[in-house]
Order: sequence, then C-alpha cells, then structure tokens
Amino acid sequence: MNANELTIAAARDALRKGDLTAVDLTMSCLTAMDAGDGLNAFVHKTPEIALDQARAADARLAQGDAPAMCGIPLGIKDLFCTKGVPSQAGSNILKGFRPEYESTVTTRLFEAGAVMLGKLNMDEFAMGSSNETSCYGPAVNPWKVDDRQLTPGGSSGGSAAAVAADLCLAATGTDTGGSIRQPAAFTGIVGIKPTYGRVSRWGIVAFASSLDQAGPMTKTVRDAAIFLQAMAGHDPKDSTSANLAVPDFEAALTGDIRGTTIGIPKEYRMDGMPDEIEALWARGIAMMKDAGARIVDISLPHTKYALPAYYVIAPAEASSNLARYDGVRYGHRAKLTAGDGITEMYEKTRAEGFGPEVQRRIMVGTYVLSAGFYDAYYNRARRVRALIKRDFELAFAEGIDAILTPATPSSAFGLGEMASADPVEMYLNDVFTVTVNLAGLPGIAVPVGLDRRGLPLGLQLIGRPWAEGDLLNHAHVLETAAGFVAKADKWW
Amino acid sequence: MLDLTYTLPKPRVIAGARHDWELVIGMEIHAQVASNAKLFSGASTQVGSEPNSNVAFVDAAMPGMLPVINEFCIEQAVRTGLGLKAQINLTSAFDRKNYFYPDLPQGYQISQLYHPIVGMGEVLVEMSPGVARLVRIERIHLEQDAGKSIHDMDPAMSFVDFNRTGVALMEIVSRPDLRGPEEAAAYVAKLRQILRYLGTCDGNMQNGNLRADVNVSVCRPGQYEKYQATQDFGHLGTRCEIKNMNSMRFIQLAIDFEARRQIAILEDGGTVHQETRLYDPDKNETRSMRSKEEAHDYRYFPDPDLLPLEIEQAWVDDIAAQMPELPDAKKARFMGDFGLTDYDANVLTADLESAAFFEAVAAGRDGKMAANWVINELFGRLNKQGLAIADSPVSVAQLGGVLDLIASGEISGKMAKDLFEIVWTEGGDPAAIAAARGMKQVTDTGAIEAAVDAIIAENPGQVEKARANPKLAGWFVGQVIKSTGGKANPATVNEMVTRKLGL
Repeated sequence: MNANELTIAAARDALRKGDLTAVDLTMSCLTAMDAGDGLNAFVHKTPEIALDQARAADARLAQGDAPAMCGIPLGIKDLFCTKGVPSQAGSNILKGFRPEYESTVTTRLFEAGAVMLGKLNMDEFAMGSSNETSCYGPAVNPWKVDDRQLTPGGSSGGSAAAVAADLCLAATGTDTGGSIRQPAAFTGIVGIKPTYGRVSRWGIVAFASSLDQAGPMTKTVRDAAIFLQAMAGHDPKDSTSANLAVPDFEAALTGDIRGTTIGIPKEYRMDGMPDEIEALWARGIAMMKDAGARIVDISLPHTKYALPAYYVIAPAEASSNLARYDGVRYGHRAKLTAGDGITEMYEKTRAEGFGPEVQRRIMVGTYVLSAGFYDAYYNRARRVRALIKRDFELAFAEGIDAILTPATPSSAFGLGEMASADPVEMYLNDVFTVTVNLAGLPGIAVPVGLDRRGLPLGLQLIGRPWAEGDLLNHAHVLETAAGFVAKADKWW
Repeated sequence: MLDLTYTLPKPRVIAGARHDWELVIGMEIHAQVASNAKLFSGASTQVGSEPNSNVAFVDAAMPGMLPVINEFCIEQAVRTGLGLKAQINLTSAFDRKNYFYPDLPQGYQISQLYHPIVGMGEVLVEMSPGVARLVRIERIHLEQDAGKSIHDMDPAMSFVDFNRTGVALMEIVSRPDLRGPEEAAAYVAKLRQILRYLGTCDGNMQNGNLRADVNVSVCRPGQYEKYQATQDFGHLGTRCEIKNMNSMRFIQLAIDFEARRQIAILEDGGTVHQETRLYDPDKNETRSMRSKEEAHDYRYFPDPDLLPLEIEQAWVDDIAAQMPELPDAKKARFMGDFGLTDYDANVLTADLESAAFFEAVAAGRDGKMAANWVINELFGRLNKQGLAIADSPVSVAQLGGVLDLIASGEISGKMAKDLFEIVWTEGGDPAAIAAARGMKQVTDTGAIEAAVDAIIAENPGQVEKARANPKLAGWFVGQVIKSTGGKANPATVNEMVTRKLGL
C-alpha cells in the first residue's frame, strides 16, 4: 500500500509512531497528484507549500505535540481563499485572483499542521452537480463504466475525485444543496455537511450565504470526525458562526447505536426512483436495525416543495453575492472599446467572466427578488423553508435520532450526458440533499454499495442540529455494516 | 419633563396664478454615526486619510469576506432613538439594497428596510417663542455609506476611493409634517442640535456627515388637514425627492423652487411626476435625476450574512440612564431656574459647550446677569473674532470674577466692560486687575455727598426743573458719576440725589 492510500487515522498513527514522515507521505501524494492529471481534480498545485508544511509537521511530530491533522496532505476546494495561492471558485471572472488572506477553515487546518497539496476543481461558484460548469473543464470520476468518463458529481467534484483516487488523504468541500454529499456518493467516499454555523464561512467564496457550509470529504467516517474536529468552531469573523463548544467527534464513534431511533421519511420514496436505490435504502435500514436501532416510518410532509424553494432562495442570494464581481477591483475585466462606459464594463466583464449556469442563476435570482415577484417567489420560498425546518423539528421532537435516506437518485452519470437536458433535470440530483441545507441540519453521505454497473451508491443520514458526533456514530455503524471497500480501477 | 406649550406655525402659502397652494415636506436625514470604526469592519473612519487607506477586506468586498456588526454603532442608534423619544426595537434586521455602482463594492448596501432598529419618535421644532411644530419621526435605521467616485482626475478613467465605504449612517425618516422651507431648515437644525447633544453625530454638514433628502409636494389649502385626519396620502400631491442637501440655506431655496415648479405644472393643467431631483445651487433650480420609471429596483432582501440583531431591554435601559439633558429640557430648565427669556435660553442651549459655559458662570450668581454677559459680551466678542467658545480667551472663572465685582458693587457696569476688555486681551484675575488699576466704585457716602452737594449748588436752574419734573433727576446722577470719574456707585448716587432734591 502506498502512503497516499492511507486514511487520516492510519496516517496519523503511523506519523506519531514514526513509521512514516510527513514529507514521505506528502511526496507520495504529490506523485499520485501528478499522475492523476487525467482526473482534472487539481486545478492548481502547491508542491512547495506542501513540502514546507510537511517539514514543519515533521518537526512538530518530533516534538510530540502534533495534533491529529498534523502532516496530513489535503486537497483544498478552489472555493476557499488561500493566501497568495490562486482562488478562483472555478470561475474565469476570478482569473488571476490571489487572496491576501487565508480562510478560517484553512487557517485552522494549517495551524493543526495539515498540508495543502493544491486547489481542487469544482463547479463554477459551486453551482452545479457534475463539475461541468468549471472554467477548468470537469473533474473526472475515477469510477468508470466501460470507457465512458463519468462525472464525480458537484460542486465538490474535484475534491471527491481526488479523495476517491487517493491523490490526497482527504479534501475540503462545501455544500449548499448537496455539493459535498452528492459527489461523495458518486465516488464512494464519505462526505459530511455540518450543522449550519458549525464551520466558519469566513474566506470561503459565497454562493448562497444562508445555505453554504464547509465540511470534510474523506475515505472513512472516522476520518470525517477527525477532519471536522479541526475545521469546526466559533469564529467571531462570521456572524452566523455558532458560539458553541466543539465536542470530541472521534470519541463519539462508539459503534453502539442500540436504542436509538432512525426515521425513514416516506416522502423520500419518490416516483420513478430506481429499484437499485430502493434496494440500497432497504439494505441500509436493515443494517441499522441489526445494529440495534429502532426503525420508525416518519413523514416530512413539505419535502416536495424543497427543491423549488431551494432554487429560489439559493439563486436569490447568489445574485446578490456575485454582484461584487464587476471588474472594478479584482479578477477579470473586459477589454473596453471607445465609447464604452461603466454599464458596458459591467455587462462585458460579467458576460465574459461568468459561465452559462452562473448567469442563469443570477438571472433567476434577480427575477425572484424583483419588485412585484418578491412575495410570490422569495417570500413564499422562505415560508416553505420554515415549514421544512419545522418538519424536521417535529420529527426530532418525537424522539428521532437520525433520518436515513438515499443520498442521490442515481449513481454517477456520464460527462456531457446532461448537456442538452433541461437544467431542472440536473437540479433533481439535489432532491434528497437540499432539505438538509434548508433546515440547517447536519447530513452525511456514506458509501453503502455498488449498482449493477459497478458504480458506488451512498445513503444519507441526517442528524439533529449540533449533534454531529451522534450523526457520525450512526454513519460509522452504517459504514461498518456496509463494509464498502471497493476502489475504482486505476485508469488515469 | 418637557412642559412647553406651543401653538402651531402657519403653513407657507404660495399664491399661484389661480389659487393658493400649501407645501408638504418630509425628510430623510443621513447622519454619520460618530464612531472610530465602520459599521461592519474595524477600518478607521478618519476623514482626510490617503485614498483607499481605510479599507478592510470586507469594505472592498473581497471574495469570502463577511460583515460583523460594530456594537458601538448600534449603541449610538439606540441613543439617538431615545433622544428622539422613539420606540427602540429590540429585534431588528439588516437587508441588502442591491444596485451596481463602482463606489459600492459589494453591489449592495447593507441597510434596514423591513425591521429598523428605531421606530416612531418625535422632534419639537420651535419656530418662534411659543410657536412650534411637532414632527413625527417614522423610523431610524442603520446603513452603510458608499465610497466616492472621482471623475475629474483623468480624461478617460474614473477612480474610486473606498475610505468612506461602509461608514455607519443613521437614516432618520420623518413623516410629511413640515409645512414650509423655514420649518424644514429649523427641523434639520433641531435634529442636528439633538444629535450633537447626544454625541451620536458630529453634525458637520460641510463634510456631508449630516445631509438631507427632502420630499416636497404641494396641495390645495385644506387637503393637508384631511391627510392628517386619515393618514391617507391620497389627499396630498405627488412628491418629488431632492437628494443630498447639505446646507440649510440651499434646503430652503430648493424647497421654494421645487414648490413653485410643481405649482406651475399643476396650474398649467399638467401632472407632477414622482421622481428624484438634484438641486443646483449655481442656477437655483432642481433638475430631474431619474423618474419613477427609471427608479432602481433595489431587490431588497434580508442579508443572510447577518443574523437578526437582538438587543436587551436592560442594555437599552443602561443607555437611557446615561442620557444627557437634551435641548428642550435644558431650555425649560434655564428659563425656570435662571429666569431667562425664551430668546436667551435658545441662544444659550444652542450647543452643549455654550450651555455648559453659561451654567458654570451662572452658578451661585444672578442668572439673568450671567446670561446677558455671556450672550452680549462674550458671544459678541467671540463672534467678532470668529472664535468658538472652546477657544475663548476669557474663562468661566474670569467672567465670573467680573460679575462678582459688579454684584458686590465694587465696580460699575461701565467699569466691568472695560475690565472684561482687559481680561480678554491681557488675561489675569479680574479682582487683582481692578485693584491694581484703581477701578473701584466709590461707595464712600461722604465723598459722594460732597459731589452731590457741589453739583446741586452749581446748577440751580436744573434743580428747579428737576423739582418740577422728577424724571430729570437722572441728569444729576450722571453729573455726579462723571465728576467722580465713573467710580461712584450709581445706586448710592441715585438715592442721595433723590433725597437732596427732596423728590
């Protein structure tokens, strides 16, 4: 086994024992990263930074005071601002942008001794479910069917591909409507979206501020626990960050869920859902039951309104959040011709800088916020959001500890397959995940099996707010029971 | 506390070609919060810094940057609300007002449309003694100022300075309760006075730290009363908003011009269109900036980067407990405690420094006399030299010393003025100066009696006249004082002259 194939937990232990150095581990990942160019996962590589950090990590390890993430090579989603390192959110409009500041999440990771290998591909401004809206071209799923290249999902597609292909031990992701969980499910890895407010948004390029949340994408649930521990915590620079203590997530992984109650929401059993997904879900339910949990059918009646509400709220916030990309201060500015004024500068800059999906969402968002439509769309969507949140609150109030659902309506699809489809077809990828963002809850995707074509499928567990430890423990039980160990055959 | 009874001022009536018109005016005052840091960043608000030197990452709307509310600015808004006897909303929220402009880096201004921090309040605007307008305040909300676009540095390019970007403003919105240009200016002046008392805004209009958007409409006499009875704006004319006024004089000129413009349109059978206008002081006219149709759709929505702002009643109570005495109360107290006239009380309460100076001088002395001296001698002299009270060469103790010499009869009023002039130019202790320069009023009755006797003896004709007409006794008093070189105590002289002439 090459060092880059290790889990965070195994690498941590080996590093602490001195069986491995952070430099060797990093070298192993850098080699894998360079060999993985065919996946188009890394869009900007930072080997010098990585080796500097690895050497520093080795020094800390030698002193014996190394935190768990010390010396662990990570990929960082391009949405995170990293000081002096290109941070473009997968968009041409931020071409050449190198922040003068470091996001809170990466600051915390680096303070814990983590190593940055480079920046990871993603859908432009995190808007997409296939990584195909990236200005860098799509990341490619290490999993293949025949010779067809598949999407790793999105928007954290580069993160998912890199982790699944062992280019790094783990990666940061962000999740606004499923952008961690869907790609995790498509690539057979673990991805957790924490409770809204658990992880600071400071320094993460905003898509939809009330929904965005960063989280880890890892090979195992234990790794997710270790990684999340290092990312989470109150940040006074983010007003929506919760001033709550962060419990020991790894310690929560007892593997014992006897006596807990798992809710199975009937509204997630959708018309036309593939039997494979249905069967997977049933298997997951059986596993939880075998582990001693009580299984209860529940109702989350407003689920069907979640996707439309999400696709009003998220674009509305995005249309405002992306107004700052105007060519005035940083990033791309269109070349102007004689007679062009400020309006032409805005129009040309934004037309050139934003891709079609981002433009579509800006237009949708602008429309739903405009006078005369605000109440019909935005306000109504907010009311729906409140109802969805209440659905979950009622379920938890009745003693539900976690909710088990499919993570995605299908396994990974082919790149380009949806090119001519109605955009709404693509949005349907988020059908099981957006409710969690709308309600601000923690949700985790766990790989559970393979479909007939041999592609990974995942299930989603949804937890009570601030109960990531408990959620991770349930996920850990599911992961153990599922025993998912399959890896993509290396073709890249 | 406030017990001023007043009658309402008459609304301004403008005679049109066909009939009379009345004015209806409402104002939105933008007052920069007196804070060292911006509303959502720690960047300095210092005026006069190098362009783009007071800019935090969030002010420049760098990707991923987030606003964090400056609690001090919240406190100032609450203080201002309390000063305007307004309702303080314990829950308020910030909204984004979206529009594109280079000096607005975020592409939106963070403001409070739906849930302002301060609700209904009031301001009493006095027009003359006993005549005042009670102006209703609809709301005060906090919002970010924009940056500054500079178009005249380069023929082909514009520049932006973000130093002002994100500085906290309070927008103080009145109801359309003002009825004429003078009232509008008096309202701004009163608000400015209150803000300066509170210390929540420095009131510097030249720097634009206090500026007004003025909404003007005209209506036929009687319509306004219907509006007040029903609060139905349908009874009023269509309003136009004159943006960004920062001079009391121009506010009045602009309102007058705008009212006459609207009247001319209406009397011509036209309709006034709701629009935003700018006042051009060079031409003394208002010009259309944008019509209602061209008006921006600001797409307001709650700012998702900021949680609703929750404040505690106990915190508001703490602020309330530390409120300074406000102008109306101070004026009433000065009139009550010191027996000042309405006019004098207004002058002395115009700003805190004047009021404090006066109170210190008046402490333990005759209030009216202190007021006279502070207003006539001190303020007169300060005005003449263009000095602020803080720069007065004559201190409270020195002016008090002069007044004490008058009160004890040691110097006359005339001498006091000379003494004041010496203290002003040379400084020093008034009592010591008076002693050193022999500026002592003669109260020795023997000396005065001799002088009185001499004058009476020398002027038998005048004695006859004075006995016939006692009002002429004053002539003797003047002569006696003159003969003593101005040192004789006038009261003593007067008493003696009256007695000796047998009046």
